[in-house]
Amino acid sequence: MTELTKLTLAEARKGLVAKSFSAVELTEAFIAAIEAANPHLNAYVLPTPEHALAQARASDARIAAGTARPLEGLPIGHKDLFCTKDVRTTACSRVLGDFKPTYESTVGQNLWDAGAIMLGKLNNDEFAMGSSNETSCFGPVVSPWRRMRNGQADNAKLVPGGSSGGSSSAVSADLCLAATATDTGGSIRQPAALTGTVGIKPTYGRCSRWGIVAFASSLDQAGPIAKTVEDAALMLRHMASFDAKDSTSVDAPVPDYTAALGKGVKGLRVGIPKEYRVDGMSAEAEALWQKGIDWLRSAGATIHDISLPHTKYALPAYYIVAPAECSSNLARYDGVRYGLRVPGKDLIDTYEATRAAGFGKEVRRRVLIGTYVLSAGYYDAYYLKAQKVRTLIKRDFDEAWNSVDVVLTPTTPSPAFAQGEKSGDPVAMYLEDIFTVTVNMAGLPGISVPAGLSGEGTPLGLQLIGKPFDEATLFQAGHVIEEAAGHFRVPAKWWR
Amino acid sequence: MTASAATEPRRKSASLISGATGDWEVVIGLEVHAQVNSRAKLFSGASTEFGSAPNSNVSLVDAAMPGMLPVINRECVAQAVRTGLGLKAGINLVSVFDRKNYFYPDLPQGYQISQYKQPIVGEGEVEIDVDGDVIRVGIERLHLEQDAGKSIHDQSPEHSFVDLNRSGVALMEIVSRPDLRSAREAQAYVTKLRTILRYLGTCDGDMEKGNLRADVNVSVRKPGAPFGTRCEIKNVNSIRFIGQAVETEARRQIAIIEDGGRIDQETRLFDPQKGETRSMRSKEEAHDYRYFPDPDLLPLELEQSWVDELAKGLPELPDAKRARFMDAYGLSPYDAAVLVAERESADYFEAVVAGGKAGPVDGKLAANWVINELFGRLNKEGLEIGKSPVSAGQIGAIVGLITSGTISGKIAKDLFEIVWAEGGDPVTIVETRGMKQVTDTGALEKAVDDIIAKNPDKVEQVKAKPTMLGWFVGQVMKASGGKANPQAVNDILKAKLGI
Repeated sequence: MTELTKLTLAEARKGLVAKSFSAVELTEAFIAAIEAANPHLNAYVLPTPEHALAQARASDARIAAGTARPLEGLPIGHKDLFCTKDVRTTACSRVLGDFKPTYESTVGQNLWDAGAIMLGKLNNDEFAMGSSNETSCFGPVVSPWRRMRNGQADNAKLVPGGSSGGSSSAVSADLCLAATATDTGGSIRQPAALTGTVGIKPTYGRCSRWGIVAFASSLDQAGPIAKTVEDAALMLRHMASFDAKDSTSVDAPVPDYTAALGKGVKGLRVGIPKEYRVDGMSAEAEALWQKGIDWLRSAGATIHDISLPHTKYALPAYYIVAPAECSSNLARYDGVRYGLRVPGKDLIDTYEATRAAGFGKEVRRRVLIGTYVLSAGYYDAYYLKAQKVRTLIKRDFDEAWNSVDVVLTPTTPSPAFAQGEKSGDPVAMYLEDIFTVTVNMAGLPGISVPAGLSGEGTPLGLQLIGKPFDEATLFQAGHVIEEAAGHFRVPAKWWR
Repeated sequence: MTASAATEPRRKSASLISGATGDWEVVIGLEVHAQVNSRAKLFSGASTEFGSAPNSNVSLVDAAMPGMLPVINRECVAQAVRTGLGLKAGINLVSVFDRKNYFYPDLPQGYQISQYKQPIVGEGEVEIDVDGDVIRVGIERLHLEQDAGKSIHDQSPEHSFVDLNRSGVALMEIVSRPDLRSAREAQAYVTKLRTILRYLGTCDGDMEKGNLRADVNVSVRKPGAPFGTRCEIKNVNSIRFIGQAVETEARRQIAIIEDGGRIDQETRLFDPQKGETRSMRSKEEAHDYRYFPDPDLLPLELEQSWVDELAKGLPELPDAKRARFMDAYGLSPYDAAVLVAERESADYFEAVVAGGKAGPVDGKLAANWVINELFGRLNKEGLEIGKSPVSAGQIGAIVGLITSGTISGKIAKDLFEIVWAEGGDPVTIVETRGMKQVTDTGALEKAVDDIIAKNPDKVEQVKAKPTMLGWFVGQVMKASGGKANPQAVNDILKAKLGI
């Protein structure tokens, strides 16, 4: 049955419809794959095989009855940032303990209503704060990819990116057909780039944030990580919706994104921002960027040099706005109503003990930074200024859309690194987001598509940035890159 | 704080407090927290009903469960706009909700959603009338915010409990300018504000339930001097206590200054049992609330046309009603003010004026009856006007009977007692019980003749001193059992006595 796990979401859908295999068979294949791989990869923090099989049996009944829904019987992984009814949800933080929500997130509900099957809850950086999935209270996630050094296989454990490292690791290791993820500063696109998968962060407001554990409310967006552009298009179609329960959700129709595939890019105007040629970008990332330009040009797109002048302020401004919001969003984890409580001698002591024990180091660092930048006397210098930068970044893009339809950049400056290589240096880690945060700051959609391998044999991705609610064009152009670059599958399942 | 406050003319109600070094003026500004009259909370669908079992009106949003998001309640916004319009204030078509961050167990989110820099309502004013002086009290702003839950500390020696029923209920914070100059003015302001809110139906004004409470800012100064340092007295929950708190705090501050000390800006609590204010926290201990715009909520944008619709639907407010009562019914300012203090009283009065079957009655007489007879009796029995056993139609009928000369004022009082105790139609009662006034000249002349015949000495006296006529009128009335028409008796007596 292992072959089944190698299918793409679209292929599996065809197989189920053709009754080549059943949803239960497909689900069992994944359950077996997870059992074998998870001790090595740690992608799932809570596999839910019984739940999955129950859903699979129901799906088979629907397929038999001819009442199959769009994602009927397709097993996916679900990031642990999404609240799941009666299934433990922790955001991979000790502070939530064994919290079991009584409610299902809107995105989750949309997927289950479309017939998808939940294989389990996927690991992530604690509260989605991290770029390597090393801050999870359940321990780091390992990428199924391994690098070559000096012509030798290097057995160092590589990071799958973060914060959606469980999602990217599981998708690239065939432990699910596709996965949900969230992206606040690059948490979908960077892990996708590092694992040879496709990840899209849609426009802010496209997916409901209701029922997703909040990190930074003005930046958080849900999106999929999948094996192909087509799979990502299928997933997003059934994750996105207008939701009256989220005041920032936008009431716009959700198109059939797969309709954009195969349309080509003839006449599409592609912008190449000069500000993305940063110091520290690897030569191979730069070379790959050029390859992407060539692919699109030879497919009929026109290439335009553009300027996004405030790009260099995006990362520092992001690391003010996101911690500021997180410091407030995480105040509710106080040990009073749910989750962890470490009793102290009085109320203040209980708060301090609970939060000291409940939050990991990176979360505490960001809560402290956020508290600081919002404090009286510092607000204007930091938070207010960062918000002004944000407005300028948006304006940069608004200008750019006068002359181009999409913007092409590398997703990350360099390929996957090994566990521990950057975790001691927060600034080095924050630089992982240098190409992705602008998109969140401007609220725009961005997709990462695998484009090639580094000299070490590990994946690199290209990012396409689009106009608000123009995800269709990203799928359209992303599909052209995918066809030109080919697919990048993990060469060996070394954990077997 | 405006400089003009220092130079404005003195008014009677702005009483000075005399200290050892001379007279002191007290300066007061109030922040009134009024619970919005709405079925659901400000950002959740949970009920706002009072008196439910603890933690029964709590939604996932109110309990700040992970991933929950606030969604603004349109009705609460409408109520704030109505209130703003009632305070003659500017409505801000764009306002912003901020987060006020602090930790407390009855604040589940760890922040209160409130409007900090851009409130929904801007400057307005409230007119109060104290001792005949009309004082315009400036309103600085009105903003919407969430209430917190309730911490309960007296149920267990080891534990505190939290009731989240109030958590997330909508409050309007109405901030006045420091335009008040005495405890009585402060009380008059809150009373008036409460009346306006109740007229508008935007807050029930129930201070016992905590649905209206005030933070009172008090400072003292020598008349004409710049404003002194203020102290804020938190959460005063009755109009009587507001007066006491102002007096107590002003005297405390005067004593300190006259002793050579100075006032520290701080937050204080008023203890009505001990009649003192106590320090809660100093300026240095004040929280840093780290306000910032709530990223879960977009700026609140209102359409002018919607505001206009709400304006059209506003009821007549107390000031306008009072003016109309004086104008249309010839009422004195005092009577009109008494009647409009509660919307129910004003409505009752107008129903009285409409009269019974016989049609409209005299407004002044109706006002006298409502204020003196009815209110007097209701007060004595401790009844609200809504619980009055005598309906407006019944009083209207009684007043109509007096006006038509069918009964005398004295008989009317007896009639009122009967209607109060037994109910019934006043006109029928007058008929069946023979209470009609006697205007039959023949019968009256006979009674007058009898009195004159029996009292020759008094007849002599009245000729010398015409004011003695009253004695004769009294005698005739007595003989008629109160039913004689006093005016007719008067006329007959004058003719017969030749005065």
